[in-house]
Amino acid sequence: MKKNKKKHNFIKGFSYILSDDKWSKITIPILAVLLTIFVTLIIILILGKNPGTALSSFLKASGFAAKENYAGGRSMLTDFFSFLGLMAPMLLAALGFIVAFKAGLFNIGIAGQMLLSGFLASIIVGYSGLNAIVAKPLVLLVGMLAGGLLASIIGILKYRFNINEVISSIMLNYIVKYITGFYIKTKYINMITRSSRPISPASRLTITNIQFSDINLSIPLGIIVALIAVFAVRFLLDRTVIGFEIKTTGLNRKNARYAGINTGKSIVLAMMISGVLSGLAGVTFYLGYYDTIVPQTLAGMGFDSIAVSILGNSSPIGAIFASALVTLFQNGSTYVGSTAGVAREIANLITGFILLFSACGVFFKRHAKELHDKYEYQEKLEKALNESAMEVNE
Amino acid sequence: MDTVFIDGISFAFPLLIMAIGAIYSEKSGVVNLAIEGLQGFGAFVGSVVAVLLLMKYGNSATWIIYVAMAAAMVGGMLYSILHAVLCVKFHSSQVVSGVVINIFSVALTGFLTSVFNEIMTGQASNKLMIGVSPRFDVPGLSKIPFFGGIFKQMYPFEIIIFVIAILAWYVLYKTKYGMRLRACGDNPSAVHAAGGNVTRVRFTAVMISGALSGLGGICIAYSISAQFSPNIYMGYGFLAIAAMIFGNWHIVPTTIACLFFGFTRSGGYKLVLGMGLSSNVSELAMMVPYILTLLILVFFSKNNKAPAAIGLPFDKARR
Repeated sequence: MKKNKKKHNFIKGFSYILSDDKWSKITIPILAVLLTIFVTLIIILILGKNPGTALSSFLKASGFAAKENYAGGRSMLTDFFSFLGLMAPMLLAALGFIVAFKAGLFNIGIAGQMLLSGFLASIIVGYSGLNAIVAKPLVLLVGMLAGGLLASIIGILKYRFNINEVISSIMLNYIVKYITGFYIKTKYINMITRSSRPISPASRLTITNIQFSDINLSIPLGIIVALIAVFAVRFLLDRTVIGFEIKTTGLNRKNARYAGINTGKSIVLAMMISGVLSGLAGVTFYLGYYDTIVPQTLAGMGFDSIAVSILGNSSPIGAIFASALVTLFQNGSTYVGSTAGVAREIANLITGFILLFSACGVFFKRHAKELHDKYEYQEKLEKALNESAMEVNE
Repeated sequence: MDTVFIDGISFAFPLLIMAIGAIYSEKSGVVNLAIEGLQGFGAFVGSVVAVLLLMKYGNSATWIIYVAMAAAMVGGMLYSILHAVLCVKFHSSQVVSGVVINIFSVALTGFLTSVFNEIMTGQASNKLMIGVSPRFDVPGLSKIPFFGGIFKQMYPFEIIIFVIAILAWYVLYKTKYGMRLRACGDNPSAVHAAGGNVTRVRFTAVMISGALSGLGGICIAYSISAQFSPNIYMGYGFLAIAAMIFGNWHIVPTTIACLFFGFTRSGGYKLVLGMGLSSNVSELAMMVPYILTLLILVFFSKNNKAPAAIGLPFDKARR
């Protein structure tokens, strides 16, 4: 009886933290991550590889743990800065997705917006020979404009013509992919690497080759931009009228219209802000983490960012942690391939599982709530029975 | 002119079968943006079966393609259960689920392909070579001037798709199951009141759409790319959805839309080739279907009628 009671309390408490509105914001993503890690471990075991090596390699590749040996001039800090360089565009792209998502829109055109802004910033600023003080802000500006304009097309198509934004943004992705691919291949190609010519170091958003005592660092400026953007988005959504209108439109478009909100404006504006952030992601990716563009290739990050936002409960602060986690897996894929012998595609698979389990979050929460209510009902029933039994005894 | 017909039809038919799959799902009230992922996963399963059979029986066995197609249908159907569970049972947002299924499919097939290649050949590769499909001229009909091109160098799958399309039309519009399915998309409560099982109908509808999408996927793998690679995810699933919207969720107009897509694509190629431009420019012609899709949607999205209860999970406790 006592043991049963313990189990009862455990399940009740467990279902409570999963179903309570305050707790579930943290516990459901953690559950999704734990399930993902569990499934990943099983997959690695089935392949006959060592899951411990694989998991620790992910940490080592991003500078969270020390590798056995480092090449000259490299260190844990070098790896960590490289990780931050990749995390910056991931976080910005996720923020972009979040703003659109709050308006009830699904911006899966992030990859295309990133590519277009990276491409335009490259040809306008990257090849221009401007000095660093002018070039770096200009890169950001071009990126924001390009991404914002492309994404607002999606918003206008949605609001004016009732076109599902998923379809229109996918179409725009492919159109951008072929147009930029065409120009890179005909005008800006580096014949040896088969990608676009590298941009000038002055316009790059990463300061490369800084000597710090005896180690070599590349400092990503993008992470600063990304962290500023986190608080800007948070402010926009929580403290401004525009943010309120965007969120209301997302919750229920009809009600928002009855309340006097111009939903068309909200939709286009949310999409534009989303595009601005995606554009920033594009320039920090193509002109920060890298300095060239591979023609006719959309960055997988545009889709990984969806996993980041859903895992982070579409909150800007949550996105910081979620993007760190997803970047950890993406950044370490090559290294894990060499140490643990697992195909590097495992990173995408892990991201896929994170996305899948996060999408089940609503179900987990509802199920936990049912379980919790059942136990609470049982408890009340027992209590009432006990009371009535005592009354009879008296 | 012949090549325009030949390429146009070989592109339009896989698109059509995916679009019919989408119609089944959406008519039952489940938004299906997962077509892209379903076709990719189906193509993957079919390709794996094809590669295994090719190893055992060699290139001369022409029946392998039919087994591969059946396997692709089964694969697509099994994978679509995931979408059905998320949408119908878990009541997740159907748009979110669709996008999740797509991304997960790209990740899963990419990973499995490389693991499969490593086990079979010891080399990491993201491609599966599935051999080429046989082609044939229809005797008699292919001799017709001008329109004879339609019947030249046909793929066997075009016949199969044609038969399945007619069957699908019959089931959707002439049977009790089809009527229930369409009612589930417009008024699920009425179906429930009439003693129908909304959950089961929607579940099977999504599974049918998975099977048909899988078939479309393997046909694309056999015709356009002649292999399975990550390039199978070219957005054709979304073109199929656009064709469905253009066809107002009905099979016959959707067929016309698919043929239109096919012929403009092959016509565009022919035009670019005829002008003798460089290969870079002809790659630019690849954009034509996507631009066309956007234009079609601009003109036809405003006034079309989607099923009334689409996107809404059915909860019989909350009628």
